[in-house]
Amino acid sequence: MDPVTIVSGKVSVLDRADVDTDQIMPKQFLKRIERTGYGEFLFYDWVRHGEITIEPNPILAAGRNFGCGSSREHAVWGIQQFGFQAVVAPSFSDIFYGNCTKNGLLPVRLDEEDVRAMMAAGEATIDLAAQTVTFAGRSVPFDVDPEIKRRLMEGLDDIALTLQLTDEIAAFERKRMPPGPDTTAL
Amino acid sequence: MAKTMFDKIWSAHEVATDLIYIDLHLVHEVTSAQAFEGLRMAGRTVRRPDKTLATADHNVPTDGTTVSRLIADPLSRKSVETLERNCAEFGVPIYSLGSDRQGIVHVIGPELGVTQPGMTIVCGDSHTSTHGAFGALAFGIGTSEVEHVLATQTLGQRRPKTMRIWYSGALGFGVTAKDLILATIGRIGTAGAVGYVVEYAGPVIEALSMENRMTVCNMTIEGGGRAGMVAPDDTTFAYMEGRVAAPKDWSAALERWRSLPTEDGAEFDIELEVKGEEIAPMVTWGTNPGMVVDVNAHVPSPDSFETPADRETAERALTYMGLEAGTPITGIALDRVFIGSCTNSRIEDLRAAARVVEGKHVAGSVRAMVVPGSNQVKIQAESEGLDRVFTAAGFEWRSAGCSMCLGMNPDILAPQERCASTSNRNFEGRQGAGGRTHLVSPEMAAAAAIQGHFVDIRSWS
Repeated sequence: MDPVTIVSGKVSVLDRADVDTDQIMPKQFLKRIERTGYGEFLFYDWVRHGEITIEPNPILAAGRNFGCGSSREHAVWGIQQFGFQAVVAPSFSDIFYGNCTKNGLLPVRLDEEDVRAMMAAGEATIDLAAQTVTFAGRSVPFDVDPEIKRRLMEGLDDIALTLQLTDEIAAFERKRMPPGPDTTAL
Repeated sequence: MAKTMFDKIWSAHEVATDLIYIDLHLVHEVTSAQAFEGLRMAGRTVRRPDKTLATADHNVPTDGTTVSRLIADPLSRKSVETLERNCAEFGVPIYSLGSDRQGIVHVIGPELGVTQPGMTIVCGDSHTSTHGAFGALAFGIGTSEVEHVLATQTLGQRRPKTMRIWYSGALGFGVTAKDLILATIGRIGTAGAVGYVVEYAGPVIEALSMENRMTVCNMTIEGGGRAGMVAPDDTTFAYMEGRVAAPKDWSAALERWRSLPTEDGAEFDIELEVKGEEIAPMVTWGTNPGMVVDVNAHVPSPDSFETPADRETAERALTYMGLEAGTPITGIALDRVFIGSCTNSRIEDLRAAARVVEGKHVAGSVRAMVVPGSNQVKIQAESEGLDRVFTAAGFEWRSAGCSMCLGMNPDILAPQERCASTSNRNFEGRQGAGGRTHLVSPEMAAAAAIQGHFVDIRSWS
């Protein structure tokens, strides 16, 4: 994962609430086994029907509860591969938010009023270190979990970090009784 | 201090701060290919294949195909074949097409008995919350997390907040677990439980069967909550006893499981109460599960919503659904009926639907199908003669899979087709581009198939 520090540039506006991952990346594209090539299918049905037009800018701004529904990480891959580096919304679904952070797509929660003001401004700079979004001459702070922030800023590999705890995991397994069902013995 | 069931399970699984051990990792074809590829590229292995179990469900045709290489759609075929190859390479047990244990991942875990109280269970699928019906902590994860669990058998997680919803009284005649959870989502909204693990409790929940508890927990994610839970009790134990993966030392297991329920006085971050008597059969009218009303209500007017954003959302939903505000729900005519999905495809769901349709016939304008959630459910249903009840009534009787819940296989809606569905999501295009989905219980779907439009199951005969 590439480190994330500053995302700056134009804002694409998707002024809709409860945008679910079925809209972000429809199911027919989930049959693919690759991790790349999803950008062209972003918001496929809405774009195809001319309901929305969306430009590949650094920042996507959207309504509340963005990314609700299915856990498909393909939604994050699509947004990122289309060209976005950050998504700003009043709120996100839990799984989508987590998926963003695993891929270096910066999710930023701002109050609805501030998201609208940023949409109107059309350009913004997100500074992860300072935890601010700057637009139209003002800076708005945002919250982010310190550990998520560290991993994003350093572009750390979660699995490599956890594998450093292999001894602890093995110790946990040794003392864990009962061991639970064995799926290889059914 | 008194502990919640969630507290007990969480603390029993902490390997390190915010790192929890995973007792069972369920895998399916849609969210695993890129994770296995990641392992391969990094030269990593699956740490505990014996705590991992795979099946093929989303992409499988329900026409009786029993070998993956005979799947007609080349992309679906490749997806399932890739899963089979990955499982073989990494030593992960799999029940793929042709296995009599194949089925929807959230149906086979419980029916094999690998889903057990007190466990942590994850799967690259948001409906993993289903398994919480057994008093497990179970939630959906993304593909990067699937790879993490495969490699380490652990998952980094911030401790979520807790919510308890207490259902008092009893459900009325004809009112089901599906109505209970739809009514709950209608009340709290599609983001009402974001950040929370939800424990469903109270006399209404205690009276539910395991199948019904699974229906409730399954749809937790539709209210934004990642995990739903129900305390294990004698109903749970009776369901589990004798299943192939049930613990050998049964009495020791019971003793352990009986210590799991939330203790008196334990504190939740939020508590809600819902009166069982106030829940009616529910039908969704819009494009998310929170857009739901009583079957005797009318399609709401966008003007009845408070904020401009909500009004606009409602207007867009009505346009997509091809509905006019003020239309009685019972006046909505249907083209298709789908009984199936990880929400409502278990044996008890099929029995309930069969009781409704026995001796009747599907309306001439409706194409209706029943898709058992697993091959085990299919075998059981056929042994009880349910397949003959359905086919005599004009339903198609299909093979196990996710089927028309999400249209990744040949079972899809055509544009503008209107469907009464026992599944979990009525999002735009979910069952096929342009398709219009109304979520209901199996009984309501069955009655709607016969009548050709929605009816109040309580007064219909």
